[in-house]
Amino acid sequence: MTRMRAVLASLMLLSPVFAAAADDPVTTFVLDNGMQVVVVEDHRAPVVQHMLWYRAGSADEPKGASGVAHFLEHLLFKATDTLEAGEFSAVVAANGGNDNAFTSYDYTAYYQRIAAERLELMMGMESDRMRNIRLTLANIGTERDVIIEERNQRTENSASALFSEQMRAVQYHNHRYGVPVIGWMHEMETLDIEDALSFYEIYYSPNNAILVVSGDVTPEGVKELAEKYYGVIPANPNLPERLRTEEPPQTAERRVIFRDARVAQPYVSRSYLAQERDSGSQEDAAALTLLAEILGGGTTSYLTEKLQFDTQVAVYSSVYYRGTSLDDTTFNMIVVPAPGVTLQDAEDAMDAAVASFMTDGVDADQLARLKKQLRAQQIYARDNVDGIAQRYGSALTTGLTVADVQAWPDILQAVTAEDILAAAKNVITPETSVTGWLVKEEEQTQ
Amino acid sequence: MRFFTVLFAALIAALPAQAEVKIQEVVSPGGITAWLVEEPSIPFMALELRFRGGGSLDRTGKRGALNLMTGLLEEGAGELDSRGFARALEDLAASFGYDLGDDALSISAKFLTENRDEAVALLRSSIIDPSFSASDIERVRGQVMTGLRSDTTDPDDIAGKAFNAMAFGGHPYATSLSGTMDSVAALTRADLVVAHGDIFAKDRLYVGAVGDITPTELGVLLDQLLGELPETGGPQPKDAEVMIEGGVTVIEFETPQSVALFGHKGIGLDDPDYFPANVLNQVLGGGSFESRLMNEVREKRGLTYGVSSFLLPRDHAATYQGHVASANDRIGEAIAVIRDEWEKASDQGVTPDELRDAKTYITGAYPLRFDGNGPIARIMVGMQMIGLPIDYIATRNDKVDAVTLDDVKRVAGELLDADGLHFVVVGKPEGLTTGPLPE
Repeated sequence: MTRMRAVLASLMLLSPVFAAAADDPVTTFVLDNGMQVVVVEDHRAPVVQHMLWYRAGSADEPKGASGVAHFLEHLLFKATDTLEAGEFSAVVAANGGNDNAFTSYDYTAYYQRIAAERLELMMGMESDRMRNIRLTLANIGTERDVIIEERNQRTENSASALFSEQMRAVQYHNHRYGVPVIGWMHEMETLDIEDALSFYEIYYSPNNAILVVSGDVTPEGVKELAEKYYGVIPANPNLPERLRTEEPPQTAERRVIFRDARVAQPYVSRSYLAQERDSGSQEDAAALTLLAEILGGGTTSYLTEKLQFDTQVAVYSSVYYRGTSLDDTTFNMIVVPAPGVTLQDAEDAMDAAVASFMTDGVDADQLARLKKQLRAQQIYARDNVDGIAQRYGSALTTGLTVADVQAWPDILQAVTAEDILAAAKNVITPETSVTGWLVKEEEQTQ
Repeated sequence: MRFFTVLFAALIAALPAQAEVKIQEVVSPGGITAWLVEEPSIPFMALELRFRGGGSLDRTGKRGALNLMTGLLEEGAGELDSRGFARALEDLAASFGYDLGDDALSISAKFLTENRDEAVALLRSSIIDPSFSASDIERVRGQVMTGLRSDTTDPDDIAGKAFNAMAFGGHPYATSLSGTMDSVAALTRADLVVAHGDIFAKDRLYVGAVGDITPTELGVLLDQLLGELPETGGPQPKDAEVMIEGGVTVIEFETPQSVALFGHKGIGLDDPDYFPANVLNQVLGGGSFESRLMNEVREKRGLTYGVSSFLLPRDHAATYQGHVASANDRIGEAIAVIRDEWEKASDQGVTPDELRDAKTYITGAYPLRFDGNGPIARIMVGMQMIGLPIDYIATRNDKVDAVTLDDVKRVAGELLDADGLHFVVVGKPEGLTTGPLPE
């Protein structure tokens, strides 16, 4: 680590545009066309991960074209002016690398892991497909079949995936987070070349992208290559401001009952609309992050204690919250009842446990242990720079800044027991909640 | 196009990047052997322990005992009850993972330098002195049963169970190491104690360590952690014969997309032809987007989101398997295309370009695996378990490069048997029925 810090220090003298955090092997800068670059150094192995993130996800799709962000992600592996369909991945593989891409509500990202000296080749190809894809009707037809099979595999074949999709659809009245990333089947079937190209033209430009390179690279080396390949692409002056339809006040408690013959293990799921991490104001999200851990993060959590140890109502319970989101996110609980326990009993026990947590408050020892673990995670994280890259990419595409990412560990450490209880009172409100039961559909006897 | 071709050619010459991993063999004062990579730059270490035999050590009639026992290792040990153990682990900011496979029980631990001794003491208690208290047994048994119940409606799980039952006869590989609802319900504490004694012994132990620790410190650590283990454990299973024959088994299941698991006999890791077989598989269905199967079934026809083939060389049997999922009205076509590709590769092997690309991929991707202390520790333990020499990493790519077109063609002819493939299809596949492969 000392060696890396020394390298960074000398760099900062050299070039004031580089900004690095004290404990992070991270350097960031912005190209003249507005493209942001993050470099995460680890020189232990001659390997690099090259990721390009776009601030464009399924929640940015136009109405009626759900799934187009993800469809376009698939189509970026087809032809460009200089590459044939499939050649991108073939070249990566023939150079000993792996590549793939992923789409979420707020971002689409493309990445390759490869020997460090292949970085230039990756940038050449990735910058090429930022502007130059060439789609044919044949590509569109077969690839649409592929995403439909992907939806079959991920969602249609899984009762619990269909159930969560319904839960989200009911959670959001007016925001695109209620629409699945992969798309609704009936809309996916109608996606065409114009849908894909129009999304591409609007969102795929350097001023809407973030380059994150991690591994055996230097910030100067990455900067030189990034200027050569991405720096020459003009910014899109018509990039729209990222405004989405917002949620009205949520005033009605909702219930979802999903029945499917394939359900072998029924369970109760609960979600609440929740505050996300906002730039410059991440304190509420930090409190919710710790609340989720304390309430349902594992063997020592409050819910597990009440539902699996003090009583044997559940075989499994969990609470989770992901604050990295551009707009309002959700705070979720799940309880899998023990044999003989009804879903109603499981739900009642969950609510009773949450109510008693509000009275008992936060266990000081548990909070101290949690903070200790969070500090240690910063040490462990240095063993996985690709994970650091992932955190920057997802944060910078969801409205956060480099400063927000770097402040986050300290903000988590500053959260008090009172903050956590206040966050709990704020988020756990029936009128913003959806309660779901996943139920086995009993077969009809003839 | 020209720009990329030129750059591409120039770069090919520079391959492959070498993974620089300096492995030392450490023998503790008490005689326990470990492979170590010293990596002092981050103040923690990863420790990987593996005990050969895994779930296949289950005694007759006690299927699932090793699995339930493994699930209880972190549920209380020594003076600590389940929650006490979890709190102690949190307090150390360490992580211990316990995982059971068909061939080994793996323990993956990660702990900070600043509290290494305490972490090792806690890990030791979970291995040497687990409590197996009655209430913990019932709680974990309930979790195992929940998993078993969910498996009964998971198409992939249904397919896997059927394939293994046909392939492995009376061998433990024929059934799930999780056991059945009946076998798990019948397990007693005494069964768990037997399972514990069967697996935790020095004669089946392999150790890899990577991180902020010296060889001398590691020697002391090993004796503290594992010195009390008995010398020998339960009997290892015998080799299994792969008995599955060509054909189709349809398992009716109400779901929109059929899942197919297919395969036949494979090739062992100790077989001199393993490297050509690996290159062959890379071309046929091992590579992600550029394999023949992906190209024919997904890229050209859009019949699936994913199709793959994989060599599965286990300690006691080797199979060559594949997986595909397609809508019920399209799975028949997907299967026909896969069989054609199997046949074509069996007859003709691969092309020179495919051989070159596969070799470049396999050699170039090798260093990508060494991406962190934990992964390196796991690779080292895997090497020891299959008897590879300590300098293997430096020579492995030469073995890949030595594979010739003729090698691949010969091995393809011997290994691939389009008529011997058995497809287990779970769903409502149109036009497919249980019986011989369609003409």
